[in-house]
Amino acid sequence: MQRVWCRDLPATDMLVRGARVVDPLIGLDAVRDVLVRKGVVTAVGDAVETPKGVRVVDAAGCLLLPGFVDLHTHTRVPGREDEEDLTSVSRAAAAGGYVAIFAMANTDPAVDTAPVLESLQRKAQAEALVPIGLFAAVTRGLQSAELTEMWELAEAGAVGFSDDGRPLANCHILRRAMQYLKVTDRFIAVHAQDDSLMGAGVMHEGAVSARLGLAGIPTISESIDVARSLEIAAYEDGRLHLCHVSTARSLEHLALARQSGVRVTAEATPHHLTLTDEAVESLDSNLKMNPPLRPESDRKALVEALRSGVIDCIATDHAPHAQQEKEVPFEEAAFGTVGLETAFAVIYAAMVPGKQLSLPVLVERMSQAPARIAGIAEPTIQPKRPADFCVVDPRATWQVTAASLHSKCANSAWLGATLKGRVKLTVAAGRLVWEDGA
Amino acid sequence: MAKRDLLSMTDLSRADVELILDTAESFLPILHRDIKKVPTLRGRTVVNLFYESSTRTSSSFDLAAKRLSADTIAISAKGSAIDKGESLKDTTLTLSAYSPDIIVIRHPAAGACQLVARNTGASVINAGDGKHQHPSQCLLDLFTLRQTFGRDLDGLKVAIVGDILHSRVARSDISGFQMLGMRVSVVGPPAMIPREIEAMGVGVDYDLEKLAEADVVYLLRIQQERMAEGANFIPSLREYTAMYGISRARLRKGQKVMHPGPINRGVEISAEIADDEDTLITQQVESGLAVRMAILYRTIVGFSESDAQEAV
Repeated sequence: MQRVWCRDLPATDMLVRGARVVDPLIGLDAVRDVLVRKGVVTAVGDAVETPKGVRVVDAAGCLLLPGFVDLHTHTRVPGREDEEDLTSVSRAAAAGGYVAIFAMANTDPAVDTAPVLESLQRKAQAEALVPIGLFAAVTRGLQSAELTEMWELAEAGAVGFSDDGRPLANCHILRRAMQYLKVTDRFIAVHAQDDSLMGAGVMHEGAVSARLGLAGIPTISESIDVARSLEIAAYEDGRLHLCHVSTARSLEHLALARQSGVRVTAEATPHHLTLTDEAVESLDSNLKMNPPLRPESDRKALVEALRSGVIDCIATDHAPHAQQEKEVPFEEAAFGTVGLETAFAVIYAAMVPGKQLSLPVLVERMSQAPARIAGIAEPTIQPKRPADFCVVDPRATWQVTAASLHSKCANSAWLGATLKGRVKLTVAAGRLVWEDGA
Repeated sequence: MAKRDLLSMTDLSRADVELILDTAESFLPILHRDIKKVPTLRGRTVVNLFYESSTRTSSSFDLAAKRLSADTIAISAKGSAIDKGESLKDTTLTLSAYSPDIIVIRHPAAGACQLVARNTGASVINAGDGKHQHPSQCLLDLFTLRQTFGRDLDGLKVAIVGDILHSRVARSDISGFQMLGMRVSVVGPPAMIPREIEAMGVGVDYDLEKLAEADVVYLLRIQQERMAEGANFIPSLREYTAMYGISRARLRKGQKVMHPGPINRGVEISAEIADDEDTLITQQVESGLAVRMAILYRTIVGFSESDAQEAV
């Protein structure tokens, strides 16, 4: 069944020569030439001959990787097209090396009926460079009161269900949703948060919030909801996905549940994997996110969980916000950072050279693992498979600025930073959707 | 000379703090003359931008500027364009068009003065931002302590008692007091002590058992809004007073009592102690004027003598 939609662009013919091709699905890590004809990979090998009229891209020193898949994008469509639309978000995705992204349902109106879902699919077919899939809401209007028509939404092509942005307010509604999942083969993605503990919190509760006098978000706000959700998933044998896990304690609950056979997957964001609450000392509102940046001990636990597979995948939680929602005092600013264009560069630079994470594992966590969770074909570099890849120059540096980002919003946690690792080109669903400098 | 902001006590070195205190001391005689005005900052402009109600801080910054002959503009949230929904950034750009030398700002949200500082050429002085910092209060507290105990405050012990969690005064005082070698502990109901506050190098107590060890007992007001139904920071004001209220019986003779005001007589402080001669509350208010004159002066003329020569 179709899970993603995009514009019908001309299929690509291209020979990418001399890149290091890393495809963990088939255990490939070697310098290869990759030939694409009419959007399909036709040859992977040494010194592939150039067919007449086919463009050759010299990629010596670059990486050619299965394209990335983001399970957690806020496209802001419908309702906040001033912040992002499907054209801008898909261009940002393409520039970040993504070949598929999945949109969260907390829009205005929410994606809680099949007609809304179907209208977005048509919009994606008209506007999206990169294939876009859609989450549907678990409850109508994200109110945690009434279930959406989950069967009809699944039939219409929803990838899964989520009220992300909001937690499910009580155990009963999550249980009912888990029960009803049995009529579909989808999953529920939860934003784990106990509102009574979150309170008016704006950053991680700890030594830095004590010093800054900012209301804290305790780790237990997340871990209690993680534990609760795992218990319900176990009891109902429902398929659960944990969004943006940020605390060591949540990971302990998660690891235990996996051992006992609970059907659960989990994601971590680039910002939680690379930044800590110490950065909030600057009171820069681009560092305000929910869940908040945590201390180094949590960050380290998250990296280890990503390495070991307790965390399945990296997801961006790409959350564009208009300038007037971020250019206010820290305490009053909206939560969230954009992330599609910076994800690979920040994680690669922070973890691969220092060997906290191998490149094949990073690629698996950004590409094939999220594809499996979403139920789409895993991007892979093999003959007869559609071309879904990106070419990255790991030596190239670039500065994150409002002008260098393709998202409509510049609320990046890395705004102003110089990053190492640049996506040179992206081929998604056999179409060239991004070429640096083109 | 690059513009200098005072957003947090951590913006100041020990030498800066001592210079401000010495400058304040040199201004003190002016306040006791018949003509309480000097021409030092004539032609300079100070904007007082207050998003929160304030009696002593706004009046003392205003008077401090006037004593130094600066022109002042006072903007409060009520009755200005802020009432009409103007953003802090736009208000800052508007006021900056008058090219003020200093913007003094009080705001209910931490991060407000950083935002103002990024959007103006004026020097920004934080007069209280949320629960974050209140550096001029810390400096006037230090000045009061110097007047009481002499210039060397090294080793002096202070117990800060009350709602530490919501107190910007506590945060500024902890760093400022420690900078001058004082030892600080915080005392209060457990939910009003921030988690991991020990990382700031303070002792933590949940009762008054060790209060006698302190040379100075620094009281904080229990704010009524913290008593909202369901907040449950403490069970009742009555119980707070019973456990933490400071009365004669709980003080050692000679222990000094301070409070940033406004006080709640009969809650955190008994009426008898509020009026006691070992209580430094009115001295703190007096210090406030001289210290804020010194802050304005140093912010404009600089922290070194060569800067000062150039500016005056």
